[in-house]
Amino acid sequence: MSNQGKAVAKAGAEHVYDAGLAVIPADAIKDPGMEPHRVRMTDKSQKHEKAAVRQVAALFLLSFLGSAFSIYAYFAFPITDDLGSVRANTLFLGLGITLGLMGIGIGAVHWAKTLMPDAEVSEERHQARSSEAARAAAIEIIKTADQESGFTRRKLIRRSLYTALAAFPIPAVFFFADLGKDQTDNLRHTMWKKGTRLVKDPTGTPIKASDVTIGSVFHVIPEGLTELEHHKLEEKAKAAVLLVRLDPSELKEDADKKSWSYDGIVAYSKICTHVGCPVALYEQHTHHLLCPCHQSTFDVTEHCKVVFGPASRPLPQLPIAVDAEGYLVAQSDFNEPVGPSFWERKN
Amino acid sequence: MAFMKRTGGRNKLAAVMVIAAGLMVSGGGYAVATTVAQPATSAAYTQAQVEEGEKLFLANCASCHGKNAEGGEAAPSLIGVGAASVDFQVGTGRMPGQASGPQMFKKAVQFTDEQIDALAAYVASLAPGPAVPTDAMVATNGDTTRGGELFRINCAMCHNAVGAGGALTQGKFAPSLTGVSEKHIYEAMVTGPQNMPVFNDANLTPQDKKDIISYLKFVQNNPSVGGYELANLGPVVEGLFAWIFALGGIVAITIWLGAKSN
Amino acid sequence: MSTTAKKPGFLAERANYLDERVGVAGILKEFGRKVFPDHWSFMLGEVALYSFVVLLLSGTFLTFFFQPAQTFVHYDGVFGPLKGAEMSVAYASTLDISFEVRGGLLMRQVHHWSALLFVAAAGLHMLRVFFTGAFRKPREINWVVGVMLFVLGMAGGFTGYSLPDDLLSGNGLRIIDGMIKGVPIAGSYISSLLFGGEFPGEAIVARLYGLHILLIPALILVFIVIHLFMVVIHKHTHYSGPGRKDTNVVGYPLMPVYVAKAGGFFFIVFGVIMLIAATITINPVWNYGSYDPSPVSAGTQPDWYIGWADGALRLAPTGIETEWFGYTWSWNILLPIIVLLVFLVLVAVYPFVEKWVTGDEREHHVLDRPRNAPTRTAIGAAGTVFYAVLWAGAGTDLIATNFYLSLNQVLTTMQILLIVGPIIAFIVTKRVCLSLQRKDQAIVLHGRETGRVIRLPHGEYVEVHEPLDKFEMYKLVDFVDYKPTLARPNAEGKITVGARVRAAFSRFYFEDRVAPVTAGELAAAHAHGHHDEIEAPKAAKKAPAAAKKAPAAAKKAPAKKPAAKKAAPKKK
Repeated sequence: MSNQGKAVAKAGAEHVYDAGLAVIPADAIKDPGMEPHRVRMTDKSQKHEKAAVRQVAALFLLSFLGSAFSIYAYFAFPITDDLGSVRANTLFLGLGITLGLMGIGIGAVHWAKTLMPDAEVSEERHQARSSEAARAAAIEIIKTADQESGFTRRKLIRRSLYTALAAFPIPAVFFFADLGKDQTDNLRHTMWKKGTRLVKDPTGTPIKASDVTIGSVFHVIPEGLTELEHHKLEEKAKAAVLLVRLDPSELKEDADKKSWSYDGIVAYSKICTHVGCPVALYEQHTHHLLCPCHQSTFDVTEHCKVVFGPASRPLPQLPIAVDAEGYLVAQSDFNEPVGPSFWERKN
Repeated sequence: MAFMKRTGGRNKLAAVMVIAAGLMVSGGGYAVATTVAQPATSAAYTQAQVEEGEKLFLANCASCHGKNAEGGEAAPSLIGVGAASVDFQVGTGRMPGQASGPQMFKKAVQFTDEQIDALAAYVASLAPGPAVPTDAMVATNGDTTRGGELFRINCAMCHNAVGAGGALTQGKFAPSLTGVSEKHIYEAMVTGPQNMPVFNDANLTPQDKKDIISYLKFVQNNPSVGGYELANLGPVVEGLFAWIFALGGIVAITIWLGAKSN
Repeated sequence: MSTTAKKPGFLAERANYLDERVGVAGILKEFGRKVFPDHWSFMLGEVALYSFVVLLLSGTFLTFFFQPAQTFVHYDGVFGPLKGAEMSVAYASTLDISFEVRGGLLMRQVHHWSALLFVAAAGLHMLRVFFTGAFRKPREINWVVGVMLFVLGMAGGFTGYSLPDDLLSGNGLRIIDGMIKGVPIAGSYISSLLFGGEFPGEAIVARLYGLHILLIPALILVFIVIHLFMVVIHKHTHYSGPGRKDTNVVGYPLMPVYVAKAGGFFFIVFGVIMLIAATITINPVWNYGSYDPSPVSAGTQPDWYIGWADGALRLAPTGIETEWFGYTWSWNILLPIIVLLVFLVLVAVYPFVEKWVTGDEREHHVLDRPRNAPTRTAIGAAGTVFYAVLWAGAGTDLIATNFYLSLNQVLTTMQILLIVGPIIAFIVTKRVCLSLQRKDQAIVLHGRETGRVIRLPHGEYVEVHEPLDKFEMYKLVDFVDYKPTLARPNAEGKITVGARVRAAFSRFYFEDRVAPVTAGELAAAHAHGHHDEIEAPKAAKKAPAAAKKAPAAAKKAPAKKPAAKKAAPKKK
């Protein structure tokens, strides 16, 4: 009784909000109230009720069996050196647990649906907004607190507090500075320098110019990379190169870059100028290089200019030559930073 | 060269010379250059095979590749492509091609093994080129770890990490390697069919190739330990599965859960 | 009653013990019979919640075995094709979890599948909330919390995806590094900070691990608590229907029905995840090898929830990088980032925009059927298409290979669809919604078509229309209807820019509208139908005329018809 009274009192205090652009028709069709409850079979017939009870219990027991089976499977399907054992272990352990979980889940829902009351009930809902009295009391508290502390009145304290609060997180920002040293300069250089032999990735075997036949593609790293003790991957991430040979007549080389190739053999950075994936898909007839990540396509015959996709810059070319023994070597490092663009790239 | 003499009539040899010279002059030295570093190993084909092959060639291939395999507008020259190339192209059903397009599809093989050998013998007789590998060269007892590493560096970017295939530009694609025979994988590497680059023996040594084949066969013969593989196509397919089957299945259950029991 | 009477001691004793220590009776009294509406679409958020619980459980198991270090070791496990290979400790320990811990692979797969499901369920839940208008007052803040959860879900997913340090995840990080480097001014510096020096470095896995197992799950947990707390405060919304009002909530009591249903549902969700994890491979890291910056696998893609970002990167036009003031502006990276951020911001602020347009300050607890808010539904459809095209953009290569299409054409088509698709989706959805509303209107006024054709005494054939019962009818007429406003002067007599913009927005939203049938219209239609019951088809044909007769409809019908007509030729 008291509860009801409270509800009425609260309902009486509901705030009336502006309805904005809403159209409130005067003669809206009336809410007929809740639909009549439809009685279930399990409520009507003892037989159905008993069946439902048995079904729920059976599902719970099935769950028990599933869990028991998964424990059995844990021991019965051990992992050995044979890969098939991993598969069996995963499968049977998982199926047992599945049964253990599903039995409980379906059982509980079935119980709720068939045996627990299914008549919908209505509960009153109240506005999020507090009652006028509560709002007044809250304002009073804030005012009192302000009065007592002098937060509004004492400007000096308030402003000095703001200053202090603004400054206190800044040291934390500085603390993160040691996460890593600025690498901007390193982005401009790779391991390649004059005379570095081009070797095969990952074996490290040097490559003779005569090995590179037309239509073939070599994945190349600088000599010495595989022996690096530190920063091997960092260096590889910049120095990876793709080597192909084209018929020299198919190459459309700029005059100032003519000396960068050797008898139709050209070497380009494998690191995409878009966001850095290895551009490694070489089509030997179209002479296109495709990046599998975002589909930027580069034309090897024209200094790897971009012919499709989101990349903007051609792949940097590694100037190559042949040493006395006939092995391919770099003439120098790349003449521009490899890989994705960065802010200070041109400086 | 004894091989050449045995196989070629005078007119054929002459044709080869003329065409080879023509190719060099016209800048199409590609076919020859391809074979520069290739040891011209040759299985011993008989004269009869070569002659049989020539007949088959004229009947089935010459309309595109030319009467003397010199190539044409629709098809490349076959001089110097070697027996391996024929064995791959015809043995996987890619040749004879049905229609020109961005890519030749794998389809039902049109010839018997003997006929393929004969065609290979004929093409091999035109100029030296990569030969069909022996069984020992494609045995799957290589080093799978090394093979896996080489595969990832040289092949996975097009064919996917376990050879499920992938897209190339303008409608071309790198086919799935599942179910491709060891021999055909080897031949594809040495000949570079269609837009695939050539991996000559200086690039991937015969041992490298054997290791790669061993890796691929290991992956194909050992089903995923995690269960059904979803074609090994990676996160996109996993995501679709999560949406359609996991979430879809659960939504179906929620509908049961929200429905009133009768 | 009989069961409680049989053993009062058992329950009462424990209840008493707890109540004397934590006052549990008061809590139970307050919440024990709280009512929850029952509808399948209200369970989607629960799917996300339960997936998150499964993530916590399986993730904790994985932390016992995973080692987030990038120092090199030589693999010495059972997986043949990696034996002796040089790899990072992180990758090796992931392999060991998969191949040497009983149930380890199962837990890895449970973890990964539930991660995909978590974000997917959250996404679908967001769509449900959007299309039913459940974000309206008082739930705007909770919508923003939900958007935060979705973003955190993506962050949690991505940091987890990157941990195994395999080729796939490494290339994913490579892309992130490239994106960060493209950020103006601080990009290369942020990259150095994140990776502890040059990419890839030896720090990133351990750093992401800290975020993945501590910071992000903690934030998700906090936001989930806030999210659910607000659900309790607001009580759940319900669909419109007889007896459902903004001032009540109709459903089943928490105890026992909802405890059983929702509790049981947790086990079902967990069970489905477990079944999939037991039978379907996910992220077979052993196939990818340890990360090496040189190789890459075809089909290098992120998990689905990052797919739209990857798609955005792919769809950027060629050659839009610029050199301004001596610095590099990577628009091919910035443009996608901006598009993604703007999209997320638009999603987050949508409830505030709509409320500003409608000016409706009332609380809304009765959900809209999507058709009854045509413009909102159309905006949602446009947004969904936009997202979907970006998402599909991440799969251009797979679409090309599986449907034998040209990769280039697929990508170009996606670029066009990204712009055109949402526009078409908007127009079509809005028209479909309005048509459905008109259909509802016709059904309310004239009843349902039965498909039964009868011949009248004078020879005419008519189809019999079956009147609706009052409950069905109420479902079709109970919705909020808004009409556009003009820009009105404010207190100072000025028409502000804000007022003009709002007026324009209100026209955009509500110019084409179908108002709910009123009692007057219904009575008019019935009266019309009654005096010539035998001329039922004529009544149907005369529907607009009949509606016009009703005084309430008279002012509406002409207002909306020309608008609709105007809109139609414009499109052509």
